[in-house]
Amino acid sequence: MMSASNLTLLRTSPVAADPVCRASDGALSIKNVGKIYDPEGVHVEALRECSLEIAAGEFVAIVGPSGCGKSTLLNILAGFDNLTSGEILLDGRPLATPDTSPSPGPERVVVFQHGALFPWKTVIENVTYGPVVQGVMTRAEANQRAREMLSRVGLKDIESSYPGQLSSGMQRRVEIVRALINNPKVLLLDEPFRAMDTVTKGASHQYLLELYNATGKTIFFITHDLEEAIFLADKVMVMTTRPGYIKRTLTVELPRPRQYAMLASPEFIAMKADLVGAVHEEAVKAFEAGEREMA
Amino acid sequence: MNPYIVLGLLVAVLLAVAAWQQKKKAALYELSWGAQILKTLTGKHFLLQLAGFVVFIAFWQLTVKTFSLPWFNRLPGPWECLIEWLSPDPAYGISIYTGDYYKHILFSTYRATTAFLLATLLGVPLGLIMGWSRKFYEYSFALVELIRPIPPLAWVPLAILLLPGDEPAVIFVTFLVAFFVTTLNTLLGVESIDESYFRAARCLGADRKHLLLDVVLPGAMPFIFTGLQISMGAAWFSLVAGEMIAAQFGLGFLIWDSYSLIQYPVIIIGMITLGIIGWASSAVVRSIGRKLMAWRERELYGSGQSG
Repeated sequence: MMSASNLTLLRTSPVAADPVCRASDGALSIKNVGKIYDPEGVHVEALRECSLEIAAGEFVAIVGPSGCGKSTLLNILAGFDNLTSGEILLDGRPLATPDTSPSPGPERVVVFQHGALFPWKTVIENVTYGPVVQGVMTRAEANQRAREMLSRVGLKDIESSYPGQLSSGMQRRVEIVRALINNPKVLLLDEPFRAMDTVTKGASHQYLLELYNATGKTIFFITHDLEEAIFLADKVMVMTTRPGYIKRTLTVELPRPRQYAMLASPEFIAMKADLVGAVHEEAVKAFEAGEREMA
Repeated sequence: MNPYIVLGLLVAVLLAVAAWQQKKKAALYELSWGAQILKTLTGKHFLLQLAGFVVFIAFWQLTVKTFSLPWFNRLPGPWECLIEWLSPDPAYGISIYTGDYYKHILFSTYRATTAFLLATLLGVPLGLIMGWSRKFYEYSFALVELIRPIPPLAWVPLAILLLPGDEPAVIFVTFLVAFFVTTLNTLLGVESIDESYFRAARCLGADRKHLLLDVVLPGAMPFIFTGLQISMGAAWFSLVAGEMIAAQFGLGFLIWDSYSLIQYPVIIIGMITLGIIGWASSAVVRSIGRKLMAWRERELYGSGQSG
């Protein structure tokens, strides 16, 4: 866990101070987005009239039953997939429309559900990969910055280890650092802590929040863990089952920095109860739809 | 030199190599040389391996010599072959003391290595491109799949007609199977790479060239090296087939020639030599693979670690 002085260091770190990406960057405006897979064939409608606003530097968690359009929306934001209708604006400029989808790039970096650190590269090679391949830093500069960032999340001595030698918690921390070193406008997290045990998950939450506090990046976080969503995010949005849209937005009023004790506070429990109802309804619908498909 | 002394030396060398291998492991557990060698020799692993050999040789001795079963009794016994192999004055002209023995080995090794290297140089890039470009895959895969099942021996007449001289023909026949094995394993390797790695690399700013060098090649490496090990073995078996038909030297030729000349112990010597060289060449490929894929070794053995 990091001390307070480390946090101050992080705030003034090159990542935070970089003029290329100010805290006012990274506002996402998702307007009436629809996505239909295979329109002539099976015709699966993943998203319909899905709209949401994310302010610059805001931490938004999207929750919903498995198989709703959460990951589809993330893939569209990342540039892995195109949308069928509607549009997405990033800082007021069109990012994706039915005719133009952006190529994936360092302004919108994804951290993947099962982790995608290159197993054939060491930790430091993984972290420096982005800046070196983009040609924005020399290898020496990238190494130096990577070391600073790694040591600030408690990963000082593992730079020449391979990902396979690390625990899942460490791997995910490295992957988040690998994303942040690119100074992205938006960080896209696709259920990054899904397969973790409770203890590792808790520690990972703390590290993510500390990095978020330090860098102030916009974070788009997908999960189906409600406690995780409330604990981490400024806003929790509930997505319906397919075709997905945002049916409810809950603003989390808990102060930052978030403490674990908050998990037991009455406000937290009330918010959770509120969301459980909304999500459960969708989960039942998704389950019944699945049963119909099977029949 | 007396063949018995040579036999003794050979056993001593083998034991020394085994002990040296074990000693490397022993460093981890702080065992002394003596204790480690004793442990190796009395270990279950070693004894079982030894038992396998003993049973095989006993079967050979019993069927061929002791009971002299019909059909089997035409073959030479194990002892006879061993003594011939180690004799300074072999009855049929081939032993570890004769220049001809090494000439055959040299010719075969040269052909197998050339064919293997050609197969690697052509097969790995072809497999990578097939896995890399959908269009190229469509062009080539059906063709490759159609040509691949044709056994190497069926190519011999064409090879002799097409290529100048016997030597290129033998190498071509040897090359074929190795080439297909390498190509298809490389292709499989590329297809086995998790889509997330491509996506992650693109997020981080990689273009197509980077994807090829930083994701496709290292990601396919484990399959490529599995393929290379199989390809090395395939090179040896097609080589011997090729040599039996069209060659003046080489272990395949030696085996076939000895059969014609009724020099049966030489057949066994040739076969055992092939076994040893084939095993050694696969071991070389394997150890190169381990060096190149340190990340994988560490992953396998370091997985107990936690943070």
